[in-house]
Amino acid sequence: MKKYLFVALLLALALLAPFQIYPVFLMQALCFALFACAFNLLIGYVGLLSFGHAAYFGSAAYITAYVLKAWHWPTLVGLLAGTAVAALMGLVFGALAIRRQGIYFAMITLALSQMVYFFALQAKFTGGEDGIQAVPRHPLIGQLAIDSDFVLYYVVLAIFLFGLFVIYRTIHSPFGQVLKAIRENEPRAISLGYEVDRYKLVAFVLSATLAGLAGSTKVLVVQLASLTDVQWQMSGEVVLMTLVGGLGTVLGPVAGAFIVTTMQYYLSQFAWIGEWVLVIQGVIFVIVVLLFRRGIVGELAGWWQRRSVRPAAAE
Amino acid sequence: MFELLGVPPQALFGQLLLGLINGSFYAMLSLGLAVIFGLLNVINFAHGALYMMGAFVAWMLLHFLGIGYWPALIIAPLIVGAFGILLERLFLRHLYHLDHLYGLLLTFGLVLIIEGVFRHQYGSSGLPYDNPIPGGQNLGFMYLPYYRAWVVVASLTVCFGTWFVIERTRLGAYLRAATENPQLVQAFGINVPRMIMLTYGFGVALAALAGVLAAPAYQVSPLMGSNLIIVVFAVVVIGGMGSILGSIITGFGLGVIEGFTKVFYPEASNTVVFVIMAIVLMLKPAGLFGQTR
Repeated sequence: MKKYLFVALLLALALLAPFQIYPVFLMQALCFALFACAFNLLIGYVGLLSFGHAAYFGSAAYITAYVLKAWHWPTLVGLLAGTAVAALMGLVFGALAIRRQGIYFAMITLALSQMVYFFALQAKFTGGEDGIQAVPRHPLIGQLAIDSDFVLYYVVLAIFLFGLFVIYRTIHSPFGQVLKAIRENEPRAISLGYEVDRYKLVAFVLSATLAGLAGSTKVLVVQLASLTDVQWQMSGEVVLMTLVGGLGTVLGPVAGAFIVTTMQYYLSQFAWIGEWVLVIQGVIFVIVVLLFRRGIVGELAGWWQRRSVRPAAAE
Repeated sequence: MFELLGVPPQALFGQLLLGLINGSFYAMLSLGLAVIFGLLNVINFAHGALYMMGAFVAWMLLHFLGIGYWPALIIAPLIVGAFGILLERLFLRHLYHLDHLYGLLLTFGLVLIIEGVFRHQYGSSGLPYDNPIPGGQNLGFMYLPYYRAWVVVASLTVCFGTWFVIERTRLGAYLRAATENPQLVQAFGINVPRMIMLTYGFGVALAALAGVLAAPAYQVSPLMGSNLIIVVFAVVVIGGMGSILGSIITGFGLGVIEGFTKVFYPEASNTVVFVIMAIVLMLKPAGLFGQTR
């Protein structure tokens, strides 16, 4: 019961937020939250650390921006096109990366995403250093105009909730249980007869697809796709968000994304900050890895559990 | 002037030499990564940043203290190696009992810190470092700058020296034994934690030495490390971390292939290593010299 109340409270907060807070900021945070949730599906539930998720996020952003601006495709088709490309890339890269485990998996995904970065740097349609700017916001479906930030916020919120729902359903399905079994003990999952590689690949494609959806949605919000979206720093940022929030928790990446985005937003107001943003992010990385590896939501959940267990034990 | 495969030999051999230089940095860095991973179970993401630090320390020695290239070749790796030992004592030591991933994440955080500090101080553009051995020799089919020849010879010497120490000496035997089974080696009375610390320092010093060698060949820039380390990761995936000689051969080989690509299809020169990685993963997932683990 308490759980439903908590979710309803969060939903109400999300619906009312744009009345108080700048909608573009909220939308950016939501896009990163979806991105982090997609990343967390792999690291948190299958135990695969992908260090190249910017590839899917950024490629989807470029594709969506290009078809909306150059070909004047309808917005919805543009979103789907970007997401589909990310899914396809996830299929190819995922099939390659799952051939190795552990630390190699991280290095392979990072290398492949760097390849995508160089492609984006050299290809004609991406606009090189400038990126694709001033991407138009065509009406979404029929006459639903999204040039107002306020209207667009609810569209982005709907997309985010859809993504979160997909992830929630996935990890609470029998499929998700198998994923967790692979995370805990892969040889055992194999010996139980599961085709581990196929499960990993499906999870990888799903994660890449949702990361792509986040990237495409981001283009609608900031009307820009640029090299920042495919750089390795972006992959690092999504790792940071998930780590701060809590690996393997449903809401952790969301909390982490909001914390990191808020931090960047406030820090960027100071003129002296410059490259210190990197340093601050690095310090957070080190602190979280050394001191609280479960992340904020993970630690809170642990505290809540201990608190509710103790009175029960006393009875 | 005769041509080879439709390309003037000057260009071909010139790029080949540049490829060998890149390859020698790949080899030195992947060697360090492999030695560190073997003993610490940590993939040192900060390896590129420490390579960059090596180049910067050499630059600082020259500009603030007037210490030239040749002393810097010894002093800079010692300074950066000591810094590495400090990192190991302060941070890495607490992660050995955890999943490998945490080591990667921690060292990634260290990259952000180190790179951020240098970018704040020196911006993203490069600083020049004077060539200590200017001039060169025209060999007829190509022009050979002395410095480039020196880099290739020096790194080959260092790489094979490392191979010799690890594979052929008593110290190396301890190291290999500790990689296989640290508890047992400790039980025989060898101070394994100190060995781990020194190994990390050595790997880091190797990266810094590569950085000093790179300083006159390229510009000294805060970004030089992170661009390199991702390629080195691909090199490590291709070669596998099981074999020292394998790392050396893969590093030099990929450098040469990259050089050739620059001549025949320059657009792909940045990505050719990653493409080769993808092909190797399809054909021989454990890597060319790796054992399946």
